[in-house]
Amino acid sequence: MSATDPTTGTTDPKIWMRRQGRWSAFEILAWLAALTPFFLFPTYLPLANQIAIAALFAISVDLILGYAGIVTLGHAMFFGLGAYFAGIISVYGWGEPITGLLMAGAFAGLIGFIASFLITRVQHLALIMVTLGLGFLTLELANAMSWLTGGTDGLRGMNRWPVFGQFRFDLWGYTSYTYSLIVLFICFLLSRRLVNSSFGLALRGVRENVKRMPAIGSDHKWHLRKIYTISAAIAGLAGALMAQTTNVVTLDALSFQRSADVVVMLILGGTGRLYGAILGAFIFLMARDQLAGVNPQYWYFGIGILLMLVVLFMPKGILGFLSGLVSRRGK
Amino acid sequence: MSPMTDVLVTEGLNKSFGKLEVTRNVSIALPQGARHALIGPNGAGKTTLINLITGQIRPDSGRIALDGEEVTGLAPYARVKRGLTRTFQINTLFPDLAPIEAVTLAVCERDGKAGQFWRRLPAHADAIDEAFAILTQLGLADVAMRTTRHLPYGQQRLLEIALALATRPRVLLLDEPAAGVPKDESAALFAVISALPQDISVLFIEHDMDIVFKFASRIIVLVSGAVLLEADPETVRNDPRVREVYLGQGHHG
Repeated sequence: MSATDPTTGTTDPKIWMRRQGRWSAFEILAWLAALTPFFLFPTYLPLANQIAIAALFAISVDLILGYAGIVTLGHAMFFGLGAYFAGIISVYGWGEPITGLLMAGAFAGLIGFIASFLITRVQHLALIMVTLGLGFLTLELANAMSWLTGGTDGLRGMNRWPVFGQFRFDLWGYTSYTYSLIVLFICFLLSRRLVNSSFGLALRGVRENVKRMPAIGSDHKWHLRKIYTISAAIAGLAGALMAQTTNVVTLDALSFQRSADVVVMLILGGTGRLYGAILGAFIFLMARDQLAGVNPQYWYFGIGILLMLVVLFMPKGILGFLSGLVSRRGK
Repeated sequence: MSPMTDVLVTEGLNKSFGKLEVTRNVSIALPQGARHALIGPNGAGKTTLINLITGQIRPDSGRIALDGEEVTGLAPYARVKRGLTRTFQINTLFPDLAPIEAVTLAVCERDGKAGQFWRRLPAHADAIDEAFAILTQLGLADVAMRTTRHLPYGQQRLLEIALALATRPRVLLLDEPAAGVPKDESAALFAVISALPQDISVLFIEHDMDIVFKFASRIIVLVSGAVLLEADPETVRNDPRVREVYLGQGHHG
């Protein structure tokens, strides 16, 4: 079947490792499923766009929370910074989406790099409080700088140009979802490469036992600063996507609610597996869409029940639970 | 007798936690290829001394030199990079990684490749091969692809050493490598340690006197944070003070 040496029963470790990072049929199916809204559910394109953006944001949090063990309750900070950056440059005359997106990501990454020096100084509860505090600071800063951000009224006068000068952002969301899905896919591919690299292994090492890392010669804080910066940049891209595809940026982009929701998505889907972030975003926003249809006021009631069920009965998240079922059946 | 080069030297190390002096004026030297044992009753400060040497805690005074260069102010990881590596008395492993992954990580860290996020892990074929060779050397080849948490305890103790070896140490400080291992297995474990290349200098903490006398070329006796005696096994065995403060406990009890 595999490269198992019949005499010793051992496998060549390189082949074993290559197998760890191989694409499965499920993955290909999942990405094909992401295309179905174009053909089957065109009325859901705006929702699909939101899901793609939330999934990208959740991937950014998974990289630090799921892989490096940095628990954050303030990551909306970078989402919002990306959103405001992309929005503001379009207000001031640069509405080209691709370069705006990249600049917004770079800006969020830069702020993330600066914040990372603070983040790596603390651990556990203090770490969560620092991320929370930074989130609040950014929110109030954006509120206070209303001459630039529009404050509580939101940013006005955004002017986005067509993608590649060709594709206008249409009312039905074809361009938006295509654009967001492509950005999500590219970022996913990069993240997938990252977690399957030696750097990804080092992050897992930090998560598994931070005390051992220095003893194997690892400057693990540098690893953490690096992944925090990358994560902030990806969160910034997600925020910029939201600004560009919806043409709206409000303080809501920086809110604590957004920081908390993305962690809930990740817990629902399952941490440390990238697809958990995507599945979690899908379930969360679909549930919100359906539950809000039943009762627009109390839809968090349903999310609360779902969250408790998953935490109690599926400690590795829904995707972790499903992959557990599949591997059990495979034996 | 030719003059031996001391790879690791400590001079007048002191450390207090509040009023408790845990390390008192400790000056030791580890020559090239040493197989030295560090013994002493519980609470003598043996693990603290290793923590001081490897940088987990900072001394109040004194200095530490590796190959003649002072490392007293260096961070723990930087000391490891210079070849000063330790293992832990209580398993300090990566429970959800496979041994091959953990040791490959240590090799990549040593070679400065661990930060590369753009290359797939299997592309570091040399690192993986070297990691597998280290695991094979320690008899862990068969379990290299299992999950660490599922390994028998004795194999986890070996993995402790494998991780340290992957850093290519010049000096290896083993904190009770056989802690919790049955007596017959611990002899096998020390056979592995004594078979390590001669260019690695080893200092190990061990409580079992039979093993200490069998595998140590010299013994450092630590009592109440201070060096009571440093000598060859025969001298230590016959020293009345050592018998009183250390061996005495076991013999009377």
